[in-house]
Amino acid sequence: MDFNDTPEEAAFRARVKEFLAANAARRAPGSAEGYRSSQSAPGALERAKDWQARKHSAGFAGITWPQEWGGRGGSPIEQVIYNQEEAAYAVPRGFFEIGLGMCIPTVCGWGTAEQRQRFAPPALAGSEIWCQLFSEPAGGSDLAGLRTRAERSGDDWIINGQKIWTSGAHYSDYGILVARSDPGMPKHKGLTFFFLSMKTPGVDIRPIRQISGHSHFNEVFFTDVRIPDSQRLGAVGAGWQVALTTLMNERLAVGDAPGPDFREIFDLARRIELDDGPAIRNAAVRDQLAQWYVKTQGLKYTRFRTMTRLSRGETPGPEASIGKLVGASKLQEIAAFGMDLMEMGGIISDPSVMPAEALFQQALLYSPALRIAGGSDEILRNIIAERVLGLPADLRVDKDVPFNRLPTGRR
Amino acid sequence: MNFDFSDELKQLRDEARRFLAERNALAAARRVLESDGGHDAALWREIGEMGWIGAAIPEAFGGAGLGPLGLCVLAEELGAALAPVPFSSSAYLASEAILLAGSAAQKERYLPKLASGAIIGTLALAEGPGALTPARLGAAVAGDRLTGTKQPVPDGAAADIAVVAARGTDRRLALFLVDLAAAGVARERIATIDPSRGHARLIFSGAAAEPLGPAGGGERLLERLFDRAAVLFAFEQLGGARAALDMAKAYALERYAFGRPIGSFQAIKHKLADVYVAGELARSNAYYGAWALSQEAPELPLAAATARVAASDAFYLAAKENIQTHGGMGYTWAFDCHLYYRRAKLLALALGSTRIWKDRLVARLETQHDGALDGATGIAP
Repeated sequence: MDFNDTPEEAAFRARVKEFLAANAARRAPGSAEGYRSSQSAPGALERAKDWQARKHSAGFAGITWPQEWGGRGGSPIEQVIYNQEEAAYAVPRGFFEIGLGMCIPTVCGWGTAEQRQRFAPPALAGSEIWCQLFSEPAGGSDLAGLRTRAERSGDDWIINGQKIWTSGAHYSDYGILVARSDPGMPKHKGLTFFFLSMKTPGVDIRPIRQISGHSHFNEVFFTDVRIPDSQRLGAVGAGWQVALTTLMNERLAVGDAPGPDFREIFDLARRIELDDGPAIRNAAVRDQLAQWYVKTQGLKYTRFRTMTRLSRGETPGPEASIGKLVGASKLQEIAAFGMDLMEMGGIISDPSVMPAEALFQQALLYSPALRIAGGSDEILRNIIAERVLGLPADLRVDKDVPFNRLPTGRR
Repeated sequence: MNFDFSDELKQLRDEARRFLAERNALAAARRVLESDGGHDAALWREIGEMGWIGAAIPEAFGGAGLGPLGLCVLAEELGAALAPVPFSSSAYLASEAILLAGSAAQKERYLPKLASGAIIGTLALAEGPGALTPARLGAAVAGDRLTGTKQPVPDGAAADIAVVAARGTDRRLALFLVDLAAAGVARERIATIDPSRGHARLIFSGAAAEPLGPAGGGERLLERLFDRAAVLFAFEQLGGARAALDMAKAYALERYAFGRPIGSFQAIKHKLADVYVAGELARSNAYYGAWALSQEAPELPLAAATARVAASDAFYLAAKENIQTHGGMGYTWAFDCHLYYRRAKLLALALGSTRIWKDRLVARLETQHDGALDGATGIAP
């Protein structure tokens, strides 16, 4: 039992360290700046594209992708090592994860050789950004309940409908889309999968303002949008199978919950005074701190167990599925508790007067999203129960019914 | 990254699992529960013959010399099977105490017999309800004679020797070795919530006691002993949590209500998913504790407290939700759910409650260097 790299891993890590040291600035320990490199900050997109280009030319973009897609042809453990090292640097994040983590692997997996050649390299280099047009007002956790129509018209398809929660649609160049091509079939069987330029006429993108005040995701409306059949991925009616390959990558791509973690709440408890002295001397506070430390460490060493499997060339075990489920709730709890410690002043969100530059207050407002996006807490528990524990799937009353005969509300 | 047990130890774990299944250790636990308490002497003898009890005792003292990692894998299986043997008392507490602080003569005299199972050792610490502090300690040694009452003492009726916490002649907490067959020792079985593991009241009235470890070092020694034992107990608790979840899962698949297996209801699925998650976090923390223990790492005190809190909570959660999943049947004497429930609470208090360990954890964090806070994104272990 040890935490050492193999000689090959150590050599790779050394190359990563060398690249990062030469090209990026280190994140000050405990500082909030990493969380702060918000996508809405001025110039954030340009900085992110520049950073992605540098990563690409150094060979650290698409580490696990095959070389024929323009990737490095490396192993998952190398990707983990890269991520570990990069986490210590203040570099822009969040613009390319969906494209590189979900969209391009789907395009490459189901598209033609020409399509791979055309789309993978610019995505890796950061010059083209992709988004994922899946969720709809009527199809979130129940994704296969989506209603956006795709109707054949000669060599084209005509798309009409609405997507929602589309992260980054407003700055994306391309999107992957799943739509209903046959409402007369049961819901999983009538779907077809496409990709399209977000500049296609008839595509209307409207930002959604979130609780936090930011607009990270969008509604996307389709009005007689014409997509050539050559941009279909997979067979007509096989959209669900294609979408599944995208979603398999989702939990890997979504990654860690950013925000105040154990270090921040522990530092706060040491510094802030309650009515009876420093917060950290209070038994109730100590009890909470201990619980979060136990969870934080549990997640960290769970990741180390996953890394051990990857390092041996094995598939990660079911333990890999628990990170987001535990991390998102923990973040929300820490944010609320940190504010409680600040007492009546805890509602102030002006960073200039608040501990940790009002990170706790911000996290209170954005953490609810993390328990929903990329598989809600409820869906993740279902996944653990079904795929890990082997419990039966829920009864599906809509499974064999034609989609256009399904009830849609209390009518 | 090689954050896992070696193939050799995994093989030992698999052998242990097979052996305990063949011996039906769970049925043995029920037999002990339904008799007058104590332990399964035949199972204990076999475990001794296989060298498990002395897994961490060096070969020079008759042990297997596998180190603490050997004890960890065995502890998980003994915990899963609820094996009714004085393993934790003899191996994690008495043997470890003597290994940590015993003189050469004490090691020579006791460790080989403890390793083979020829004698049983235990730790006598608690003195009834309430947290034990040095100031509140009633047991005392004057000259070389011990007086005082200890309860509950795990395996106290069966044990041959006990490591006893008492005030020394300097009034400070110290550990003493006491031969329980000698004059001045009275003992009686004491009823506890888990009769599948025997406990006793030991009354010392001038019993011969020899010091274990240097004078004045008792508190520090006890703390070190508890940190080590916390990791080993954590593995036992992990095993229990795993077995209780397996039992709940099996029942949720076979029991039908409202025309479908109850395991298809989200109320049950989500409950068991939470039990699974708690168990995995506890497992990861216990592995880190095992690493720190095996390396004698300076991180051990913090790692041990973390492993302890996670494992105590995970086993108790798994045990109580196992009963809940079984519904009314889970509350019957005939089903085994209550065996896990009893054991979970027993183990959660055996080394002190999670309340005490959480406080200890935070105290240790306060004195740690900042590296200990690198948390989820940390690269260093």
